Amino acid sequence: MSHVDFQDDTVYSVKNGKFPAPNPDSKVAARLAQCKAEGRAALIGYLPVGYPSVDESIAAAIEMGKNGVDIIELGLPYSDPVMDGPVIQRATVEAIAKGFRTDDIFRAVREITAATNAVVVVMTYWNPVLRRGVDRFAQELAAAGGSGIITPDLVPDEAADWFVASEKYGLDRIFLASISSSTERLHIISKASSGFVYAVSVMGVTGARASVSDAAGTLVADLRSAGAPAACVGLGVSKREHVEEIGAYADGVIVGTALVKALTEGGPAAVGVLTRELAGK
Amino acid sequence: MTDTLADQFLTSGHSLKNAPGPYFGNYGGRYMAESLIAAMDELEETFEKAKEDEEFLAEFRRLSAEYSNRPSLLTEVPRFSEHGGGVRFFLKREDLNHTGSHKINNVIGQALLAKRMGKTRLIAETGAGQHGVATATAAALFGMECVVYMGEEDTERQALNVARMQLLGATVIAVQTGSRTLKDAINEALRDWVSNVDTTHYLLGTAAGAHPFPAMVRYFHDAIGTEARQQILEATGKLPDGIAACVGGGSNAIGMFHAFLDDRDVKIFGFEAGGDGIDTDRHAATISLGRPGMLHGAITYLMQDEDGQTIESHSISAGLDYPGVGPEHAYLSDIGRVDYQAVTDTEAMDALRLLCRTEGIIPALESSHALAGALRVARQWADESPETAHEKIMLVCLSGRGDKDMETALKWFGLGKAIPSTSLNVGNKEAATEAAQTEGA
Repeated sequence: MSHVDFQDDTVYSVKNGKFPAPNPDSKVAARLAQCKAEGRAALIGYLPVGYPSVDESIAAAIEMGKNGVDIIELGLPYSDPVMDGPVIQRATVEAIAKGFRTDDIFRAVREITAATNAVVVVMTYWNPVLRRGVDRFAQELAAAGGSGIITPDLVPDEAADWFVASEKYGLDRIFLASISSSTERLHIISKASSGFVYAVSVMGVTGARASVSDAAGTLVADLRSAGAPAACVGLGVSKREHVEEIGAYADGVIVGTALVKALTEGGPAAVGVLTRELAGK
Repeated sequence: MTDTLADQFLTSGHSLKNAPGPYFGNYGGRYMAESLIAAMDELEETFEKAKEDEEFLAEFRRLSAEYSNRPSLLTEVPRFSEHGGGVRFFLKREDLNHTGSHKINNVIGQALLAKRMGKTRLIAETGAGQHGVATATAAALFGMECVVYMGEEDTERQALNVARMQLLGATVIAVQTGSRTLKDAINEALRDWVSNVDTTHYLLGTAAGAHPFPAMVRYFHDAIGTEARQQILEATGKLPDGIAACVGGGSNAIGMFHAFLDDRDVKIFGFEAGGDGIDTDRHAATISLGRPGMLHGAITYLMQDEDGQTIESHSISAGLDYPGVGPEHAYLSDIGRVDYQAVTDTEAMDALRLLCRTEGIIPALESSHALAGALRVARQWADESPETAHEKIMLVCLSGRGDKDMETALKWFGLGKAIPSTSLNVGNKEAATEAAQTEGA
């Protein structure tokens, strides 16, 4: 006996080998090109919305934008953050406990893009997007002035709906690549991504580390040969010297946990101070 | 009665068995961090090869027989049946397996795969502790390092199993994040895996999660249903009218159901944890009340709020206290092949005591949900057709034994106080015994 065949009617998929064309309206790509023209790597800063409150998280993100961050990565707090280490977990758990709602992410994007020149993308686990509806989430994000989504638990293989919605609303698809990814997968990820590929430099969860892995340089080079639009490196970055070290070979340097720690310890002003330091200003 | 989709598939020559994944209808998939994709690919490849490898299969069968005690017994329980409207009840005795539950089947299979992949360290999540104990056991058997993640709340209610794992040489980590139960233990195990994937196999204990776990876990538990089907045919000369299992993530259930999926006349029932009742907000009835979403790598039914945040589940049974469910169960529910219903804590505890007192078998809290649900169905059958009830057969998967649950039973029934001998002088002996029984009722 045979199994029931379900019809595959997806427009774009890894299986059928079709991906949307590069995003012509990509604000992320434009900003990365501008940084390159200035002879430096982009500085990308992460903060979760809703921690310690929605207003303070917006204020902190604006501080990042005003003090040298090129791209702001806004985290959407989620109940089961399997890719995050203790610092970001604590912050996002607190945000949810204090009543964070998905609506807050769009308000944050709107207020931050209005107050700074930074390009704003959202980093989110996939279920909150699924729950809202992929098309609706994309539409609301674009309307708020957001530029794309970083998807830590969505691989291109499962992204059929997101390909369609991101193309429809001109949003960037920022997938992750790992030092454990095969060459074949780096090609898939490079074709599927727009704006940049998020190169995960260590095997593990988010968190500041004393030194940055050497494997990151190889991964960036491999992504370039696989045709990635750009490659930015994250996980473990906490100091200006990391930024310089990674900036020497990557298109962008992503800082997360260190900024969350600064926010915990000194509020939005401390985020501004750390950002200036990281930006070498 | 209209035909279900499952009926239509089966009558048109399709099979519901051996669904390969990653998708089961609209469910399943592999929603995982890219960092883990290489490990999942390696696991899938190793598993697919092993299934075709006589040497692997022989080793799996040998350990299942000589170590785990397979085949497990089929036991008819006539005194228990009297409480189910006279319907004949049979129990598939997974409680008699080594380590006390069905969990050992999948653990032996995956540990053999881990060995083939050259991994030296096993990690696992556990709710009731049964899967943790089984994993710690296999790690001892194969000389591997073992770390088990267990929600802090569960380490308290299943302290005995924590001690068992430690005695077997495993490290037990009490997970203090989130709801401090099974889902958070899985989160923490995934964080460990992504950091140590070169040396470590994540031995997932349920038929949920990303591909290939749901199809693989089903494969290693397939003996439950395959044996039971053969045994019931030998014992009664026919297939059962209904089969039943409890469903948390759904590993014993999928193992029990699989052999019967294409037997159209066999009704299949999955019983979820109804906690305080599905009209309250304290339950774990994922299929009954959940909505499709993604958790731990697969699209499936979930307990989630309007924003897609996971809602914490509640059940007296740690093993069923999970807000998701295996994706194949979500599919089998949608096409109408399996009827999933909720059973409350109270119904489960009543069934637990009933089996103890009528048959001398102490079932696990998890399995007691299957017993309670099966009793409910049998009584309905008897109500509808009292004359034919005694001809009907209900087969229940007794997935585990209840020794680990004594702490919960002690509190629930107020047990544990023995009768002082000095109170037993002639004349009040009967009264004292009666008082003690009432106390324990």
